[in-house]
Amino acid sequence: MKLLVCISNVPDTTTKVRFADNQTRFDATGVQWIINPWDELALTRAVDLKEDSNNPVSEVVVINVGSVETEPTLRKCLAIGADKAIRIDTVPKDAFQTAKQIASLAQKNAFDFIICGIESGDYNSSSVGGMIAEFLDTVSVSSVSDIQFQEGKAIVERDVAAGKEYIQMEGNAVLIVQKGFAKEPKIPNMRGIMMARQKPLEVIPANDANALTEYIGFQLPEPKAKVKMVNADQMTELVNFLSKEAKVL
Amino acid sequence: MSVLVYIQNFGSKLKKQNFEVASYGSKLAESMQCPAIAVVMGTMEDSELEKLGNYGISKTLKVTDEGFNTLINKLFTQVVQQVVVQEKVTTVIFPDNNEGKAIAPRLSVKLNAGFVSGVVSMPVTLEPFIISKRVFSGKALAQVQINSPLKIISLAINSFGLHEAKTVNQIVSFEPKVSVDDQSTKIVDRKIHSEGISLLDADRVVSGGRGMKGPENWKPLEELAKVIGAATACSRPVSDAGWRSHEEHVGQTGKIIAPNLYIAVGISGATQHVAGISRSKCIVAINNDPDAPIFEVADYGVIGDAAQILPKLTEAVKAFKGE
Ligand SMILES: Cc1cc2nc3c(=O)[nH]c(=O)nc-3n(C[C@H](O)[C@H](O)[C@H](O)COP(=O)(O)OP(=O)(O)OC[C@H]3O[C@@H](n4cnc5c(N)ncnc54)[C@H](O)[C@@H]3O)c2cc1C
Repeated sequence: MKLLVCISNVPDTTTKVRFADNQTRFDATGVQWIINPWDELALTRAVDLKEDSNNPVSEVVVINVGSVETEPTLRKCLAIGADKAIRIDTVPKDAFQTAKQIASLAQKNAFDFIICGIESGDYNSSSVGGMIAEFLDTVSVSSVSDIQFQEGKAIVERDVAAGKEYIQMEGNAVLIVQKGFAKEPKIPNMRGIMMARQKPLEVIPANDANALTEYIGFQLPEPKAKVKMVNADQMTELVNFLSKEAKVL
Repeated sequence: MSVLVYIQNFGSKLKKQNFEVASYGSKLAESMQCPAIAVVMGTMEDSELEKLGNYGISKTLKVTDEGFNTLINKLFTQVVQQVVVQEKVTTVIFPDNNEGKAIAPRLSVKLNAGFVSGVVSMPVTLEPFIISKRVFSGKALAQVQINSPLKIISLAINSFGLHEAKTVNQIVSFEPKVSVDDQSTKIVDRKIHSEGISLLDADRVVSGGRGMKGPENWKPLEELAKVIGAATACSRPVSDAGWRSHEEHVGQTGKIIAPNLYIAVGISGATQHVAGISRSKCIVAINNDPDAPIFEVADYGVIGDAAQILPKLTEAVKAFKGE
């Protein structure tokens, strides 16, 4: 089985976000870039599945839509254990345009499962996975928190409002995954980092997919009012605040 | 022209978040001078569906075949698309939750309609259609313009509130032209959450971090949660260490929640934790370190040892409730 893991390149989670050009674009000055945390979990599990010979997974490919600046992130994916990386050479404009790029590549190359993280840490759209599936007219399962293989078939666990459901499928599907799919991301070791240099990183031109949405401005949230401190021996006072002032009790 | 609201079916029942999405949809429809209608998949009594009329929904299309009691992303997308065409819908509103995330992006492609997820307020302008959403895990807001004629948005839970608007709600059956016997996926097992309040629905949440010192110390936290009717949650290291189930993990990489009350106990307030809880209406922090960053985002703070403060707070709530 071949797995395609979609990788978003996002600012480190501790980044103090700033905007430039009259608050119309993200200011990337000095920003550290990382593999989107959910995509990192997706990749971790994909590599684990491949490395455990009880599973039918034979190849893990990672893909990113982005400019040349995202290559260190793709190299890190190779160091974690992906076999091959693909970069579609364009700056992503919105989820629709990004998904269309990935879908057109997937159309030409058969993957059994395309795996996306549940959201991207920058624009938090939760969209690309579902959109790829619709472009490919294939099934998608979202909120996936585990996968196991039994007799060549995948059993996928998903979270629903009432609990969990276990879905059997043979492939040709998009999985949109969250915490649980893997618990902690794999850290690349020295050998992985050395091997990553030899692995293929293919750059392919973008298609002319259009965007349907446009980010036109940004704001930082209003600073929060200062915290009201309550003495540890005055819990009655806290309860009063919560009921009378905040009206939440 | 109409605004369509997607009403998630919670085991044949409606929940507060359905009424919130309905409220939002009817407010938006009012500003666009058109009706707000709803679609519900799976079985639900008309007496339940009628309640949507309290929040401005004037027509509800029900798709009652049993084949729609389980979410199938591709199939549900087809059905909503057919409703959109039949009812001349211009804007579709989903809840920004598991089910909305499953369907809305697919529908966006099917209808060639721009999709903005996690919106937190009414559009800034209708022409052009510009709307605000949270980005960078809550560190900023963005204004996004949708450039397609059809528009899809998903509403962040607990961002808009309930707005009553009594309306006559006509309930009609909708018969989609789809085949429900797709064999490529098959549900082979289910586990139903049995006890407690679901974290994603909870109005109140009590959450423990590494400052709780160990899983054996959770009793007083659970006790407080019980007394105030709260769900329990935890920080990531707590679930990573197996002190609590990873179902309880909140934050950037766990569940993102927005209860009315969030009580953070022994949680330092790392940026990744705050990303999952910053939309809470009221945050209380209990921590023995006066410099803990959680106090920067909290509304009320208590400095001291969690083990001592929790039982006192529980007693105070009991006294307040006259127990
Ligand atoms: C990519 C990435 C994603 C992440 N995602 C998440 C996420 O989704 N959710 C998340 O929570 N974290 C996440 N983290 C981890 C995050 O950075 C913090 O490490 C974590 O939130 C800290 O958890 P904590 O507050 O429980 O523990 P600590 O930071 O160790 O804080 C414990 C707190 O307890 C207080 N304390 C100690 N003893 C007591 C006592 N007796 N009484 C009262 N208070 C006491 C201490 O003063 C301290 O403030 C992520 C990190 C990364 C890098």
